[in-house]
Parts: sequence; structure tokens; C-alpha cells
Amino acid sequence: MMGFENQGSDEAQLYASREELESLVLDDDDDNNNSGNGNGSGSNPLFRSNGGANGDDSQYHHHPLSPSFAEISTTEDDDPLLSSPSGYKNPTSFNSFLEPPSYADAVFRSFDGDRGKQINGDGVVSSSSPSSSSDYLKISVTDPQKEQDLNNSLVPGGNSFVTYLITTWTNLPEFNGTEFSVRRRFKDVVTLSDRLSESYRGYFIPLRPDKSVVESQVMQKQEFVEQRRIGLEKYLRKLAAHPVIRRSEELRAFLQVQGKLPLLKTTDVASRMIDGAVKLPKQLFGESVVSAAVDPDEVVQPAKGGRDLLRMFKELRQSVTNDWGGTKPPVVEEDKEFLEKRKKLQDFEQELTNVSQQAESLVKAQQDMGETLGQLGLAFVKLTKFESEEAKFNSQKVRAADMKNVATSAVKASRLYRELNAQTVRHLDKLHEYLGVMLTVNNAYSDRSNALLTVQTLLSELSNLSFRIEKLEAAASKVFGGDRSRVKKIEELKETMRVTDEAKNRAVREYERIKENNKMELERLDKERHDDFFSMLKGFVVNQAGYAEKMATVWATVANETSGYAKSS
Amino acid sequence: MHQQQQISPSSQPSLFLSVSVTDPAKITNAVQPYISYNLTTKTNFPDYQGQEKTVTRRYTDFVWLYDRLFAKYKGIFIPPLPEKNSVEKFRFSAEFIEMRRQALDTFVNRIASHHELQHSEDLRTFLQTDEQTMERVRSQDTGIFKKKQSDLMQIFRDVQSKVTDVILGKEKPAEESNPEYEKLKRYIYELEDHVAEAQKHAYRLVKRHRELSQCLADFGKAIKLLGACEGDTLGTAFSEIGAKSEMLSYKLQREAHHLLMNFEEPLKDYVHAVQSIKGTIAERANAFRQQCELAETIKLKEIDLKNLKLFRSEKILEAELELEELKADGQEATRRFENIVRLMNEEIVRFQDQKTEDMGLAFHEFAKGQAHLATAIADAWRSLIPKLDSL
Repeated sequence: MMGFENQGSDEAQLYASREELESLVLDDDDDNNNSGNGNGSGSNPLFRSNGGANGDDSQYHHHPLSPSFAEISTTEDDDPLLSSPSGYKNPTSFNSFLEPPSYADAVFRSFDGDRGKQINGDGVVSSSSPSSSSDYLKISVTDPQKEQDLNNSLVPGGNSFVTYLITTWTNLPEFNGTEFSVRRRFKDVVTLSDRLSESYRGYFIPLRPDKSVVESQVMQKQEFVEQRRIGLEKYLRKLAAHPVIRRSEELRAFLQVQGKLPLLKTTDVASRMIDGAVKLPKQLFGESVVSAAVDPDEVVQPAKGGRDLLRMFKELRQSVTNDWGGTKPPVVEEDKEFLEKRKKLQDFEQELTNVSQQAESLVKAQQDMGETLGQLGLAFVKLTKFESEEAKFNSQKVRAADMKNVATSAVKASRLYRELNAQTVRHLDKLHEYLGVMLTVNNAYSDRSNALLTVQTLLSELSNLSFRIEKLEAAASKVFGGDRSRVKKIEELKETMRVTDEAKNRAVREYERIKENNKMELERLDKERHDDFFSMLKGFVVNQAGYAEKMATVWATVANETSGYAKSS
Repeated sequence: MHQQQQISPSSQPSLFLSVSVTDPAKITNAVQPYISYNLTTKTNFPDYQGQEKTVTRRYTDFVWLYDRLFAKYKGIFIPPLPEKNSVEKFRFSAEFIEMRRQALDTFVNRIASHHELQHSEDLRTFLQTDEQTMERVRSQDTGIFKKKQSDLMQIFRDVQSKVTDVILGKEKPAEESNPEYEKLKRYIYELEDHVAEAQKHAYRLVKRHRELSQCLADFGKAIKLLGACEGDTLGTAFSEIGAKSEMLSYKLQREAHHLLMNFEEPLKDYVHAVQSIKGTIAERANAFRQQCELAETIKLKEIDLKNLKLFRSEKILEAELELEELKADGQEATRRFENIVRLMNEEIVRFQDQKTEDMGLAFHEFAKGQAHLATAIADAWRSLIPKLDSL
């Protein structure tokens, strides 16, 4: 039996091992502090794992348990293991048989690395596409600085804002250069995002971070800026990962052009609203001025805000007709395949949300398990120390030795659970990400609906005009000798109709274009989703298996060492 | 848990006494429903009726036995009872009943294997008489054997005498000034705290297993639904994982139960054992105080007698008789106290030995359970990897 032989050294060992336990704890602490300062100061930006995205899927991330990898490891206020004070001790022999946390990381990192993905948190939806496997476009967002807006300050010294240093490394030909930096503020990002949604209708465009005005009041300035920085980085990286958008001129300009961002805020300028209002009365009275009727180019954009009030009214009326009218709209969304796919995606989104929630619960349960194991271990450590301090009997010493085994194993297991969890979060975070992606899909489908609505509206108008012309012609023919005013009117209407027809054609082309984009993107999404989820599942499974095996080893040792008791019962 | 106790080197054939507590049954036709257990005794003790006998007992019968033993065998650590737990009692969940049955079985067998306690008449009564007689015997007990009451009275008396002493300025050595014993007392009190904390965490660990089990079940279900949505190879992957999750959920549930019965319960038993020792410590303090009080009284009486002798009082004879009686009482009190001290010393050794065994087994079960669980989990997930690769 253990402990009988050398009692003296046994005691010494008991003491030593308790200190080892504490230093074990401190090791842990140190590692955690080094390895994932996600939310601390902006340390190495490339080492950022796929933690809960801030911007794009912010609505899914106010759950306390979907933090980044770093948070899982470091936030344990009530974990007794991390409450030991005093200085860092060098790893003792005790620690040598408990592998440092990064070992496990390395095992799984190599697995994930084989899949050709970057682990360190690009927030990337896609794996590298085969055709451009040697292209790269890497972006980092760092160094927030406060600056003054000197131009618009009505209040002296009042208008300050934060800029971020955006650094790009690339070998794509359209960029002149391989490494360059610019400074941008959040407003610029909004502009970029708006322009992209206008230029790339139908695409699944990654969502930009929220403006979150409320949070900026509530949070500490520093925290808020940091959160924003992370969000921006994730967003830009997602853009860089999109096969079409990464080649866009808008993105290039954003990343490369020094000084003021050369993109128009939006084609939807406030002053247009005034224009629109001016035109309105004339149009309402049916007197359309030819040039101001419908600008064919404008139909390529959805009716927005103040741009074209009349157009908005018309489209609204059309959509109401579509919904309530009994009359079948002229162009029906007859792409059955599309409708089926959309329904499927909706189901998918629903189930995904459910899985995502269950995944969070699972992670929490694993975390709790680890915590309790740690506390149990600690309680036994104290008991061990207590029993061995004034051990009068051998049986006490033996018991203390047994207890020590159990205690250290419990602590080891606790640590394994924490590591397991950190990895699990990393893998299952994919689920959260795809919830964000579903939002982009919905946007793309909205583009399509809007485009269709525009077409339908124009078709209605055309038929309306045609009807009016007929009526006028009929009336005019009855007047003997010609009806000069009516004829003039007919001419005008015919001209309007011609312009409208042209606009309709453009609208139809735009609609078809968007449809095509949808289709392409859907295929891309399907493929990427397939790959991503497979890799996620495999990662999850390998992870679980690996850590379970480690735990089994730990406990099997103790079971062996205490097997003597089993026989005697 | 059946233990055989051999009566050491004598010419007698080895005597054994083992009991099993089984078949808990809910009795509902009483004023308050209760659980009754079958107690089967196998023995070759001379005083017992035959080789094997079965009786039915209920929890309060066990309490009676404990109280009798505690009163009669001062100095011995009477094995602890499972707690009353009157709230749980009304629910009578299957798990609670099983936990209690196991604890009662352990209780009786520990008594049956204790070299002194096993010869107790009360034990024989407990193991052999029929239900009605048992009930009668139980309800006859009043006053002195009602442990809780006597404790309270003792506490009051203690406080009373201490206060009186202080007021009267008497320097009464009401407590032993034995440093070894002081250490032991401190040890026992601190031990209870430590073990109680460990038990608390053990209980929480059981809960965590159950929680994780539930989460895995929910997760598995959700993943399966997602798989149904996806279809194709990805869908298959999802449903395989979902199925495994659900399977593991079940395993975790089982392990939670195993952990409860084989790790948490022994720890709880440990706590109770330590609390039982505290009872014995109180008894020892009582005996000591009685001894001291009698010694005081004797001293005073001797002084009285001396005085009487000086004055040639007719009361001398009476006083001498009284003194004789008191001296006899004093000797008896001293004997009793010393007996307790001796027994306690033996008992402590036995306690430590037993606890090492008990805890050793508990640790073994704990580690074994965890190892099995972890292996099952690892195997389950590992088996999926080739499947995933092939898809």
C-alpha cells in the first residue's frame, strides 16, 4: 500500500505537491493571460480566433456565453483555482506530466491547418477557392486614434472622432503595391458598405458592424473602441474573402486611396429629396415633363428615401396590388426552384438558430463541469494537507496519499474541460457565423424582390399609359378636323411611354442580373457551407474524442492505484 | 455489504453476523405513509434464533437502535445514521429510497461487525423481534434515552454550572487538560468542515453530470433536425452526430447515479461519522465532569466528617456511610470515564482505518466511473471519424 514505507519523504512530497498544485494553477493563469487577450488591449491582431462576432451577428451575441476563446479561458471570477496569489513559479516536475495547454492546441491546429483554412480568426466564411489559391488579401485594423473634425465644428473642439489604421498585404494585381496603410473612420466604413450594397445587388454581402449609438454611451470609451476595432477587422476580412467583392473598386479605394475616401456617401443624397419633392406636384397632376419622367438609369436602383417619392408611392401601390389585388402581376416570380430553395433556407435558418442555442447550453454545461471538478479537487487538496499535517496514524497518511491522487486528477480533469471548451467554442462558433450569413442572404433576396417590384411597377405604368393613349385616340378621332390639343397630348404620352419602356427594359435586365447573382451566390454558399460544416463537425468530434481520451488516462491511473480497495470490499 | 467478523484466537468456531437491508416498500395504510425494509440476518451467534431470520423494520426503529447504543456504549463511535430529511421523505423518490436503503444497510452491518457492539442485546432485539413487539419497545422509551432531549438538558446544565462556577469564583477544572485530547477534538471539528465541503462539491458534480446529460440530449436532437434540413452527406453527418450525442447523454445520466451512490454518499457518510464522534466527545466531557463533581463532593464530605469527629457528633456514622457511598460512586464515575477514554483511543484507530478503507473504495469507484465514462465518450466520437471521412 502506498505511503507505508517512507513516511518522512512522503510528507515532504505531500507538501511539495501542494505547492506544485498552486504553481500549476499559476502556470495556467499565465498561459491564459498570454494566449488570448481578445478583449484587452489590442494585442497581436492576427491571433484572433473565431469568437463571437461583434458586428455582423450582434443580435446573437449578447448571451454571456458566446464570448471569444480568450474570454472562456480568462473569466473565472469564482474559479478557486485562479484565486491563488503570489508569484509565478517555474514549472516543477509535477507540471511536466501535465502538458501545457498549448499542446492540445497544437494537435488540433495541425488538423485544421490541413484543411487549408486560417485558424487565427479571419472570420472567414470561405475556404480558399481553387482558382486563386495563391492570391492573398490580408487586412488588419489597429491603432485607434482620436482626431478632430476641423471643418464642420460649429462648436469649437467639439467634433472629435476615432480613426483606425487599416493595413493591407496583397499580391492582387489591381492594387498597386503589396503593403500599404490608410486611416479610416467608421463613417467611411458605412459609406463603403452602402456603396457595395448598391453595386452588388443580389450578392450575399457581409454585414457591416452596427453603428450602435446606445452602446457608445453606455460602454467605457476604450472598451467600445476596442469592440469596434474588432468588428471592423472581421468585416473587412469577410469582404476580402468574398470572391467577387474582394476585386471591387469600392473595396480597393477604401483600402488604398490616401486621404479622403473617394466614394460618394451614397447615390441617395439628401438634396435629392428636395429635387424629388419639386418634381412631385407636376407628376401628381399628370403633367409629366419628359425629361423628368423616369430617368432610366435610376431604375437600376431601388426607390429609396427621398430620391423619388413618387416612385416609392407607385411601387408601394403596386406591391399592395400584388398582395391584395387578385390580378396576377405581369411578371410572376415563377422560378419554382428559387422559391423552394428559399423555403429550404428558411427552415435551415430556423434549425440553425436552435442548434446554436443548444450549442451554447452545451458549452456552458461543459464549463460548469470543469469548474466543479476544480473545486472538488481543491477541497480534496485542503483535506489532504489537513490530514497529513498532524497525521497520527498510518491510515491517515495512506488516506492523504490517496486523496492527493484524486485531488490532482480532479484538477487535471478540470483543466482539460476548460481546454475542451475553448476548442468547442471555436468550432461551434461556425454555427453563429452562419446565422450571420443568413442575414446577408435575406438581404440579397430583398434586392431581388425590390428589383422585381420595380419591373412590375413599370409594367403597370406602361399598361396604364397605353390605355390612356387609346382613350385619347378614340376621343380625338371623333372630333372633325383634328383635335390639336388632344393630339399634342397623345404625342407627349407616347414619348413618356417610350422612355418608360426603356426604363422597364433596364429594370428587367437588372432583375435578371440580380437573379443570376443570387443563383451564383447560392451555389457558392452551398459549397462553402458544406465544407465549413463538415470541417466544423469533424473538428468538434476529434476534439471531444481527444480530450475524453486524455481524461480517461488521468482517471485510469487513479483507478489503478486505488484498485486495492476494490478487492477488500 | 456483508462483513464477517471473526472472534480472535479462541477455541470457539468463528462467529459471524451479517445483515442485509432490502426491499423497501411503501406502507400507505398508516397515519403517515412510511417505508418499511426487510432485514435478513444470517448468524451463528448463540443467542440468536436460528441461522437466518427476516423481519421488517422502519427508519424510526433504526433511530431507536442508534439511541440505545449511544447511551449504553459510551466511548464507542456508533456508526452514523442517514439523516432524517423530512422534506425528501414526503416525496419518496426512488433515488432517495435507494440511498437510504444503502445507508441503513451499511449502518447495521457496521454495528454487526464491531467487536463490542455486535453483542448488544438491543441489537438482538432489533434484528429478531416481530414488528408489533418492536413498536411496543420503541414507544416505551422515554426520558433518558431520548437523545435529543438529554443533549439539550446537558447543555443547559453545562452552561449553568459554568456560570455558577464563575460567580462563586470556583476554579473548577470542568474540562480535561489533556493536550493530546485537545488536539483530537480540534482535529474532529476541523475535519467535519473539510469533509463537508468535499461532499458539497461532490454533490454538485453529480448535478453537473445531469446537466451535461440534458444538454447533450437537447443538442443531439437539434443537430438531427438540422441534418434533416440539409439532407445529403452533410445531413447524414449531422444525424450521426446527433445520435451519438443522445447516446452519450444516457451514459452521463448513468454515471451521475453511480457517482451519487458510490462517491457522494460515502462522503456524506463520512460527515455523519465525524458528527457521531462529536457526540461521543460530549459524552466523555460529561463523564469527566461527573467524576470531578463527585471528587469535589467527596472532598467536602471528608472535611465535614473531620469537623464532625472533632465535635463527637452522633451524625458521624451517618456521615461515614454517606462518604463510603460517595467514594463508591466516585470510583464508579472514574471507572466509567476511564473506560470511555480507553475505548475512544481504540475507536479512533479503528475509525481512521475504516475511513481509509471507505474513502479508498469511494475514490476507486469515482476514478473508475470517470474513466469508463471518458472512455465511452472517446470511443463514441472516435468511431464517427472514419464515417465522416468517408462522406
